[in-house]
Amino acid sequence: MAIMNVNPTRMQMSKLKKQLQTAKRGHKMLKDKRDELMRQFIELVQVNRRLREKVEAELKNCNSHFINAGAVMSKEALDSSLMTSKQRLGLDISKKNIMSVDVPVFSTVTASPDESEIFPYGYAFTSFELDDAVMSLNSVLPDLIKLAEIEKSCELMAAEIERTRRRVNSLEHVMIPRYEDTIKYIAMKLEENDRSSRTRLMKVKDMLLEKAHHYSEKQK
Amino acid sequence: MNGMVKNIAYIGDSESVKGFGAVGIKAVVCDRSEDAAAVLKDITEKDRYAVIYMTEELYAAAEKEVIKLAEEPVPAIIPLPGAKGSTGLGLGRLSSFVEKAVGSDILFK
Repeated sequence: MAIMNVNPTRMQMSKLKKQLQTAKRGHKMLKDKRDELMRQFIELVQVNRRLREKVEAELKNCNSHFINAGAVMSKEALDSSLMTSKQRLGLDISKKNIMSVDVPVFSTVTASPDESEIFPYGYAFTSFELDDAVMSLNSVLPDLIKLAEIEKSCELMAAEIERTRRRVNSLEHVMIPRYEDTIKYIAMKLEENDRSSRTRLMKVKDMLLEKAHHYSEKQK
Repeated sequence: MNGMVKNIAYIGDSESVKGFGAVGIKAVVCDRSEDAAAVLKDITEKDRYAVIYMTEELYAAAEKEVIKLAEEPVPAIIPLPGAKGSTGLGLGRLSSFVEKAVGSDILFK
């Protein structure tokens, strides 16, 4: 029995009772938070997994396109045509709050809305395989950004769930039993004090009566 | 934080980053995995990037640096399979999240 180092007084006991109540309420709320976070996390992580598998397959596909492009063009020509870029991709960041976890939400801002801006080179000296490759990469982009958003959310939620779980467990298995034990200890101590003062009073009364009436001498 | 526009970067070997520059992602070439942590640190210090993709090889090499940023909402550092193909690190990372949250890996086994 782990009890706190407190004075066994009524004052202390009512204080502890209030704290115990708060701890129990907090425990219930944290438990609810953990359960809800967990539900959302499991959902999100499944989406995440599917998306990642899709993106990885798509990237592989892109890569083979680039290999094709590399095969029909010289390495120098390929590198130099991809050296510069016309398009600039920005991300507008906002936050979404899932059960007190701040997760980022990305929305893309392209510098120019023109689709053809993704080709940083003139078409004259490059092969159409390269166009294919760049285009396929461009089509993966939305998924790629979605993946970043979801995966970051999963990461943050996993950390928050772990934290919440720790707190729930510490309340459930350490704090609350400790409060309960301490309250019980104080209650017992007070009762004990009560009994001892009662017996003392009875004893004193006996002694006073004895002094006044001399019972024991009369009995002889 | 709201309404801020940031960029995307991709750190990878010269084979893997090919083409990413064209679609508007800042391609950062890092051919030696020993340099990965330093390159990542350099990039995150400027705080201009919301998403940083890394090839799985470099991600593994720079793991120490990545963990420091794990608690922040941005930047999101995401491993992707490079030109050499997938090493399974991406999905492995996902199952580590599940393990962290649930206590055991219930989804991927």
